Amino acid sequence: MATILVLADHTAGTVTKATTEVLTLARRLGSPTAVALGPGAQAAADTLVQFGADDVLIAPEEELLTWLVTPKVAALQAAAALTAPSAILLASTAEGKEIAGRLAVRLGSGVITDAVDVAADLTATQSVFGGDTTVHSRVTRGTAIITVRPNAVTAESSPGAGRLADLAVVLTDADRRVRIVEHADAVTAGRPDLAEARIVVSGGRGVGSAEGFTVIERLADTLGAAVGASRAATDAGWYPHQYQVGQTGKTVSPQVYIASGISGAIQHRAGMQTSKVIIVVNKDPEAPIFELADLGIVGDLFTVVPQLTEEVERRRG
Amino acid sequence: MKIAVCIKQVPDTWSEKRLSPSDATLDRAAAEGVLNELDEYAIEEALRLKEGHGGEVTVVTMGPERAADTIRKALSMGADAGLHLCDEALHGSDACATSDALARILAGRGFDLVIFGCESTDARMSVIPAMVAERLDWPQATFAAEVQVAAGVLTVRRQTEAGVDTVTANLPAVVSVVEKINEPRYPSFKGIMAAKKKPVETLSLADTGIEAATVGLAAAWSAVTDFAARPPRAQGEIMSDDGDGGRRIADYLVTNRLI
Repeated sequence: MATILVLADHTAGTVTKATTEVLTLARRLGSPTAVALGPGAQAAADTLVQFGADDVLIAPEEELLTWLVTPKVAALQAAAALTAPSAILLASTAEGKEIAGRLAVRLGSGVITDAVDVAADLTATQSVFGGDTTVHSRVTRGTAIITVRPNAVTAESSPGAGRLADLAVVLTDADRRVRIVEHADAVTAGRPDLAEARIVVSGGRGVGSAEGFTVIERLADTLGAAVGASRAATDAGWYPHQYQVGQTGKTVSPQVYIASGISGAIQHRAGMQTSKVIIVVNKDPEAPIFELADLGIVGDLFTVVPQLTEEVERRRG
Repeated sequence: MKIAVCIKQVPDTWSEKRLSPSDATLDRAAAEGVLNELDEYAIEEALRLKEGHGGEVTVVTMGPERAADTIRKALSMGADAGLHLCDEALHGSDACATSDALARILAGRGFDLVIFGCESTDARMSVIPAMVAERLDWPQATFAAEVQVAAGVLTVRRQTEAGVDTVTANLPAVVSVVEKINEPRYPSFKGIMAAKKKPVETLSLADTGIEAATVGLAAAWSAVTDFAARPPRAQGEIMSDDGDGGRRIADYLVTNRLI
């Protein structure tokens, strides 16, 4: 069976949800070989096998995490030389896409980013222009290098053969040019990552102020959801920019998206309209976001949202 | 310091975008072309570095004739010169070909720093800065929320979903910037007038030594097999809040096993 190489994202052995999704997808395309790097790679192997890795190539050297991006490119290049894979899959994170791009140059291969699915013949499905258009495409030269958008595939555990082997990675001077001198994990206020969250609660212009966002945050925390914001809200400085959902911010595709006080300009819709279920709360019955709503409440978010929060808390007792 | 800023003309962020039925490339005629918003931050950062360190800022674009408008806008913000790779054979180039063409026109011009916006609002791949760095054999310090240069060493605060990294590299280097690294300036009237006199060099493929057979749609390293407009979402139930709107939502979430 054809080898599908998967780069494992992990922090000290804890594998990201996005990587378990990529492995789940890789199982449908061939025999997954995971590549785990740096301290914790050995610990990560358990999860990687649980989600389908038939083989895990391990390079535990700390130096691989000392330099930005390029050591991971070198590791995948070495793994590709060893296994002659039919495809190389990575999670579509900022770093995953950069690794994919540089690897494409080194291997002389095409690259497709942000796939939401990949078929057995390696045709990738992408949802572009904010979900307005669905595109099927294929890498036509070299090995298919494809990054997979978080949350597009549901991770399912199904243990692989789980053979572990060492991977020798030789870094060149060119791989040692950008030193990571300090790292701080994303400050998440204990909430799930916006791109990976199962539920996203978002606020927009109707929230009216930074203080208004406490209502949004309370609902999010009750639901175990991530908080998002429209561009109007981030531009006004009511909520930090990194939580912006939309054309110039994050694209999210959660099970449930709750939009409060958001009118639904194309700019915003482009970032959320592929959500499975969309719930809208807005005072203005003419707001275009209602066109996307599976359930819409025309009303004041400052009464509806707190009531929803209390109701969810009450039902949970 | 010699700085290049790579910019791109994209369809207006607030417009509907679509693919051309004939060749599955972006239908650029369907919407007004504007300077990619995220590139404005790249231009602003370059201007600030020039103000702090001296030097000059060259804006570089690859695109059809009308992409010259974006160069003009960057010049009116304060950039010194423009470089426009413009050739019909480039139409439909993918990330592999685009990064190759950009690297070829950037190489050998003595730039210390090449700055990009971290993403275009049309393709949204975010791979070109890294791929150009790979082709130039330069370090990349991308997704910068802060850029500092001192004694030939670049320090960048890199902001991604994985957190914040402080990274350092020697010049020359490739940088991409995230939104809100700065507040881009508006072109002043004086700037707009001055821009008309600034030099813009237009290059064809023949001028650059790039073979036409290696770029464009036919030479792309990936190909669209088909595409379709996503069917519009069916609108669900819309109701006025009669004092129980929040409970209605809770009912819906529970009934549909969403919570």
